[in-house]
Amino acid sequence: MAVYNLTINGKKHQVDVDSTTPILWVLRDHLNLVGTKYGCGMAMCGACTIHLDGVAMRSCSLPVAQIGNQKITTIEGLSENGDHPLQKAWLEHDVPQCGYCQTGQIMSAAALLKDNPKPSDEEIDAAMHGNICRCGTYIRIKAAIKTAARS
Amino acid sequence: MTKTKIASSRRSFLRNTLFAGGGMVIGFDWLAQQNLAAAKDSLALPKEWYNFNAFLKIGDNGLVTIFTPNPEFGQNVMTSMPMIVAEELDVDWKDVRVEMAMHDPAKFPNAAFGQFTGGSRGIPSKWDALRKAGATGRQMLREAAAKTWQVPVEEITTANSVLQHSSGKKATYGEMAAAAAQIPVPKDVKLKAVKDFKIIGTSHKNVEGPKIVTGKPLFGVDYKVEGMLIAMIVHPPAFGMKLKSFNDASVKGMPGIKDVFSFKTYNDGQEKGGFDTNAFPELVAIVGNSTWEVMNAKKAIKAEWEPFATYSETVAGFGGKSEVKVPAGLENSAEHHTKMKEFASKPGRVVRKDGDPETAFKTAAKVLERSYSAPHLAHNCMEPMNFFADVKGDKVKVAGPLQAPGLIEPTLSARLGIPAENIEIEMTRMGGGFGRRAYSHYMVEAAIISHQVKAPVKLMYTREDDMTNGVYRPAYYATYRAALDKNNNLLAFHVKAGGIPESPLHANRFPAGAIDNYLAEDWSIESNITIGAFRAPRSNFIAAAEQSFLDELAEAMKKDPIEMRLELLRKAKASPVGKNNDYDADRYAGVLELVRDKSGWANKPKGKVHRGVAAYFCHSSYAAHVLELTVEDGKPVVQKVTSAIDCGIVVNPDAATNMTEGAVIDGIGNALFGEMPFKNGVPEKTNFHNYRMIRMSEAPKAIDVHFVKNEISPTGMGEPPFPPIFGAVANALYKATGKRVYNQPFLGDKQELGM
Repeated sequence: MAVYNLTINGKKHQVDVDSTTPILWVLRDHLNLVGTKYGCGMAMCGACTIHLDGVAMRSCSLPVAQIGNQKITTIEGLSENGDHPLQKAWLEHDVPQCGYCQTGQIMSAAALLKDNPKPSDEEIDAAMHGNICRCGTYIRIKAAIKTAARS
Repeated sequence: MTKTKIASSRRSFLRNTLFAGGGMVIGFDWLAQQNLAAAKDSLALPKEWYNFNAFLKIGDNGLVTIFTPNPEFGQNVMTSMPMIVAEELDVDWKDVRVEMAMHDPAKFPNAAFGQFTGGSRGIPSKWDALRKAGATGRQMLREAAAKTWQVPVEEITTANSVLQHSSGKKATYGEMAAAAAQIPVPKDVKLKAVKDFKIIGTSHKNVEGPKIVTGKPLFGVDYKVEGMLIAMIVHPPAFGMKLKSFNDASVKGMPGIKDVFSFKTYNDGQEKGGFDTNAFPELVAIVGNSTWEVMNAKKAIKAEWEPFATYSETVAGFGGKSEVKVPAGLENSAEHHTKMKEFASKPGRVVRKDGDPETAFKTAAKVLERSYSAPHLAHNCMEPMNFFADVKGDKVKVAGPLQAPGLIEPTLSARLGIPAENIEIEMTRMGGGFGRRAYSHYMVEAAIISHQVKAPVKLMYTREDDMTNGVYRPAYYATYRAALDKNNNLLAFHVKAGGIPESPLHANRFPAGAIDNYLAEDWSIESNITIGAFRAPRSNFIAAAEQSFLDELAEAMKKDPIEMRLELLRKAKASPVGKNNDYDADRYAGVLELVRDKSGWANKPKGKVHRGVAAYFCHSSYAAHVLELTVEDGKPVVQKVTSAIDCGIVVNPDAATNMTEGAVIDGIGNALFGEMPFKNGVPEKTNFHNYRMIRMSEAPKAIDVHFVKNEISPTGMGEPPFPPIFGAVANALYKATGKRVYNQPFLGDKQELGM
């Protein structure tokens, strides 16, 4: 066990956990930030996507010891009032079915739009390739990303 | 946990001053505050709530809470069911807030299926009850207003949560709720005419959308109470194996680990229910403080397994009690395929026979015979199986994702020896279901573990546990034959279908009833690999096989594939052959005609686009698709799917469209990639690195969904669009490559079509 100082959604947190603990479980078990989801544990489904200094990362495969001073953003911190353009677009297109993968989808999309505000269809496909939606809402996800990109 | 108990929904009105939220808001303990703060109710909470019936309570400030009886797994019943109540109540939708009801057979009777999500039965099974619940509330409000204003009740009109009389008197529902409390519950209430619907048939956003996109705790995996421990299970690595021994010495001292023990999910000799499917009834449990610590112990534990001998168990399913044999052995998918081919070559059990198919085949100028197969499939819900349980003395609280609380409660009751009335089941939002969560042995496992460690526990399956624990879509095989005369007229039709361990045959469905000489046979092969419902069970394979065969048959008959089907349907309508044809030929033809017109079928496809068509009837609804694809760098790229659905009245059109889009994408993914192979009983795919799932770039570029407009009470919606898409994929692939595909998955792990 070791103590780690983490900056998550602009707030400082201290956790005492094993150094190999993936940041996913630090968020979910120790900090009660459960919007980041467990899907596969091997960075193959994207449900656990967070931002590390603005870059989309799979938190299930990212040990807490590797975070250092990098700032973490989770779905809970993506916007103050749930009004990030992507969140608004997600509601406008009524994207979710079961909803489980959607926070990861939104976090991947947010990182994409930050770097590439007007992505092409191919660029959206490439950026979102790591996020599985078992319900098959891909068409709406893509439409919502385009709506957010226009806003 | 507060739970309002109302013995009967139709008894008398009960006043309730508690904020009897139930559901997640209160169940979530420390999360409650956060969740409440985030709930953006258009109105503040009322001082008093008045319960009208199981589905409905109205606050003194006009806030209306509508309870959704059936668990939500993405089919959007949390929105569409309340819409039906709201329609008949004549309430303004902005005054409505929605809660998932607790499992409560007294409030929501109708035997085991009362609060069951599955079989596309949600809306159809609750349609009348939901409408009556709303209409009863409205009638009580009107009678209260009539009494208060001393006018005849017939003169009271309602609109948008307001009661009104021609004299100018007005009251909101909130103002009249207390008086309505005194009104006896009316026995008969008048329902609206379909033409007067204002909410039903108009798209309404998912009521949980804001919580979903902001990551609020909604799912079983998010459940947490003070002092809760995390549990995981270790199950045998292969079907046909059981626990021999385990060594907990190295694990018990690991950080955060509280307990390690083995347990049996059922008492010896316990009679199982039809949904108690479970390949691994003895497990090792590891319990600890946090998920990662338990995961590490799970990796470290040493367990030994051994093959089991053939055994049988008593299962009390819907068809009555039966002895079910579980054969010993470590099975292989390659052997499954060989065995299925062998069974297909022998006579099967005749399920339906019309006319004289034997003679017709003997005298035929030409016989077309084709065989089709598909492998086992894993459901792969994005939220792995999990459940919260807190067993205290003779009281049980469980919470988590499950489709059929009424079917698992007796099993839990029998296993723990605790009466059902002492078991409280909270249904969380499910991260997918697809049939898998109708088999909720994991709930019983969680409760046994909680009972053992005497603490609240959340049982978590890893993705690997989830994928390798069983309850798969069976492997199937079907052989079709058609007899043609020298002018290519269809003389006879023969289907023989089976699987491991069940047949996918639906003998009375189209084209039965349309062909004079018809023969349907089935067979099955026993197996110890557990299977269960998977979105449109059986239909999801037989539709693929049948619709591929009809395409090839139409070609042999030199007919357009849509026109050929329509001709058969016209015959089935005009002079149906045989009895028990379980489809409506007009509605079936209706979706084919709609998809033909909307897809521009009459026009030749442009450029390098290739098309395939397929249709199917199941769950009382009709669906047809035209799929257009191109081949780019050897890969099929679905450009567009046009879908036509007849599911009767569509409650929430945009949500039904979303569901159809999802079914299309799910079907394309499973047709191209879906596969769970076995080697010596071991599931060969364990996680998403080797179980290929459809991803965004592989989804169609567009899906254009159309619904047949009619006033038929709603029929199934979640499943019907799924089965026919497999056939549409196969038929379009043939047009693109010139080669018919018969064995799913059509691509598997390959990147390119073998052309």
